[in-house]
Amino acid sequence: MDFTLKIWRQESQKAKGRFETYKITDISPDCSFLEMLDILNESLVNKLSHPVCFDHDCREGICGMCGLYINGHPHGPDSAITTCQLHMRKFKDGETITIEPWRAKPFPIIRDLVVDRTALDKIIQEGGYVSVTTGGVPDGNSILIPKHKADKAMDSASCIGCGACVAACKNASAMLFVSAKVSQLALLPQGKPEAATRVQNMVAKMDQLGFGNCTNTYACEAECPKEIKRSNIARMNREFILAKVASEEDLQQ
Amino acid sequence: MNTLSSKIPEGQLSEKWTRYKSSQKLVNPANKRKLDIIVVGTGLAGASAAASLGALGFNVKIFCISDSPRRAHSIAAQGGINAAKNYQNDGDSVDRLFFDTIKGGDYRAREANVYRLAEVSNSIIDQCVAQGVPFARDYSGMLDNRSFGGAQVSRTFYAKGQTGQQLLLGAYSALSKEIKAGTVKMYERREMMDLVVVDGRARGIITRNLQTGEIERWASHAVVIATGGYGNVYFLSTNAMNCNGSAAVQCFHKGAFFANPCFVQIHPTCIPVKGDYQSKLTLMSESLRNDGRIWVPKKIEDAQAIREGRLNPTDISEQDRDYYLERRYPAFGNLVPRDIASRAAKERCDAGYGVAPSGYGVYLDFKSAIERLGKDKVEARYGNLFQMYEKIVDVNPYENPMMIYPAVHYTMGGLWVDYELQTTIPGLFATGEANFSDHGANRLGASALMQGLADGYFILPYTIQNYLSDQIYQERISTQTEEFTQAENALRDKLETIMSIKGEKTVDTLQRELGHIMWEYVGMGRNAENLRKAIPMLRELRNEFWTNVRVTGDLTSMNPELEKAVRLADHIELSQIIAKDALQREESCGGHYREEFVTNEGEAKRDDDNYMFVAAWQYTGKDQEPIMHKEELKYEFINVQQRNYK
Ligand code: SF4
Ligand code: FES
Repeated sequence: MDFTLKIWRQESQKAKGRFETYKITDISPDCSFLEMLDILNESLVNKLSHPVCFDHDCREGICGMCGLYINGHPHGPDSAITTCQLHMRKFKDGETITIEPWRAKPFPIIRDLVVDRTALDKIIQEGGYVSVTTGGVPDGNSILIPKHKADKAMDSASCIGCGACVAACKNASAMLFVSAKVSQLALLPQGKPEAATRVQNMVAKMDQLGFGNCTNTYACEAECPKEIKRSNIARMNREFILAKVASEEDLQQ
Repeated sequence: MNTLSSKIPEGQLSEKWTRYKSSQKLVNPANKRKLDIIVVGTGLAGASAAASLGALGFNVKIFCISDSPRRAHSIAAQGGINAAKNYQNDGDSVDRLFFDTIKGGDYRAREANVYRLAEVSNSIIDQCVAQGVPFARDYSGMLDNRSFGGAQVSRTFYAKGQTGQQLLLGAYSALSKEIKAGTVKMYERREMMDLVVVDGRARGIITRNLQTGEIERWASHAVVIATGGYGNVYFLSTNAMNCNGSAAVQCFHKGAFFANPCFVQIHPTCIPVKGDYQSKLTLMSESLRNDGRIWVPKKIEDAQAIREGRLNPTDISEQDRDYYLERRYPAFGNLVPRDIASRAAKERCDAGYGVAPSGYGVYLDFKSAIERLGKDKVEARYGNLFQMYEKIVDVNPYENPMMIYPAVHYTMGGLWVDYELQTTIPGLFATGEANFSDHGANRLGASALMQGLADGYFILPYTIQNYLSDQIYQERISTQTEEFTQAENALRDKLETIMSIKGEKTVDTLQRELGHIMWEYVGMGRNAENLRKAIPMLRELRNEFWTNVRVTGDLTSMNPELEKAVRLADHIELSQIIAKDALQREESCGGHYREEFVTNEGEAKRDDDNYMFVAAWQYTGKDQEPIMHKEELKYEFINVQQRNYK
């Protein structure tokens, strides 16, 4: 298969970016999207130019490192997959493919298609955990968790932190990401003692880092490679209101 | 020559660890704050260690090769984690988990270490539950277990098919908590480029900031290497693209011994190679072997017709299928250990019965499972794996059998460590896959996660204190010393040399050539003739690298080509000791299969009289022969047996 690639190139965060066009030929339909970029890069090195930088690691859809905005969609046209799981058979022979980085204010571009997503880690650091330290914990079976709750918590916990939800959102909101973590821990008894402070601190950090508001468009849900549900956002909103009420009650006492 | 002391505590096997803990030296809280520890790597073994050490009050710096600890390759482990909880009342115990692990490792692991691993396994589950790891539960709300990788008891805890992910996110959350508390400082997009040794002790590292190209110096009282394995020397493996053995090679070059490098695990159930453009291989969870049946056609002409696309697997009748594992190993059938399943697949394909277009592939068939259990049940068990397979291969595994082939997956070898997880360089520790200690010649399924977390949560936080208790009078180490300057200058020279070669071959091309040599000559079936051929080929490749590699871009910005080149140079060095180690070990054991050393039935033949030792290699300088030291393995508490899965 042959393709025309329009790829965003930008030397550094401060540099001005632009699209460059590349032709690529003889690509097998079984080739993955990132392998197609490997082939392009090898040819660029052979021409003594700087290859296109893009983030990737596991190449099996679990680490969340890859993330390209392909023809207007985070992780490309196929559903419920990451960029590294996308294969060229999903494109038409001769097609022009536009490849851009995640575009969101809290994710500055580092180079070409690589962005800085450490803002997501900073949100987790505000409370996306149960505050236990190593050792001195009870037996695993002393905490009983109904199967349906455990399964639901697992679904929320499948978020891979790729940031596609932010890239998909016109407001660059991180609500889906944050709500997935808040939900996982809200569903489990281990998370309960800190539930109120957790949701408040994480939401405050999200706002402070420049992520936008949620205006209920749910592009995030549509583009999430792990099919994280919008119901997580609803649960987080409930948690948030409960936390507010609880802290007001505390004040009155 | 025997300079190795494994420091195994005296006493009964079951008392050793308790004894050690009650007699080791500790550091008091006021002093902990004055001690700096560097942890390199943020996977299970690194994140859990850093979080635990931070919580104890040490000053920890952790270095991450990607943008976030959550990307580490531990995340990709699908199956589960073992523990000797015996929640199922099926006869499991610490002793049994210990025994299975030693036997699975083909009696090439240290008794005391493995026993300790089994002993702390239960605490890991408790710890992870407390963190909020959503392990699978049964309808009573209790933790669910499954049997995995041929174990006769159900001791594997799991979180869907994403156990590694959930455990890593648990360790990441513990780490995030410490980062917030200020006890751990996190440095992302940094790659370790050298170890700094001062007066014989590990005192710091040099890193390259992968975002800016800056070279940075970091000093500490102790350094922990938790950088995973070196499977990517084979180019195609199930490891992530950034996994590499570079940090371990740097430590080797600075004097740390490298143990059992030839013990490499080939995993039987991976998706076969499709073409030259292939960048990595995808593992399909071993749990598939619980219900899938492995076969190739009985008639060679059928195999050929399938390869040429003239025949479909579903056209082959039952009596024309060769379920070769069930045939050769009636007792364990499709559940034989990984090394045996892998070799059997290779044997069939080499004999001409392979079914992938390349000839290297066998079927994993769910037809009888679907008939027996119904499609819904099969989907509930393996749905996400089937979906993953279909996305990659474009074939529906409910209707057609899957195609699988073995691929490099895990490295049992690694930095030599003693009972305290300390390498031969005082102050340098290694945890998780980066060390060699617990899996012998073959790792059992669901044991990697267990070992990474055992080391990081429950072992290193104790043993490192025994070392650090001597260090409380040592002031903060300065980075402005001769040793740091030398290490930094050497690195700058090395990077500039690589950039200035401006040769003809890209890093990827050379990397493929390395992978080819390693897979063909130092791969699944090894023999002296091939190994002797590989060694000069590797030397030649090293030469070619240093005279003909082409790296574009520059030193002072993000440059993945340069990153890959540095790792490749180290991988070529490492490959040479892998080949040498494979050559000296004149026996077949675990993942190391020497074609000359087999029984009449073609099974691996171990030589306990001559090879019951750990081979620990010492670097002696560029172009010098490395020296091999032996650590004899003594089995005081169990009977050494021949593995038999028939
Ligand atoms: S919620 Fe979905 S899109 Fe957002 S970070 Fe998580 S996995 Fe990615
Ligand atoms: S590279 Fe890991 S999810 Fe794509």
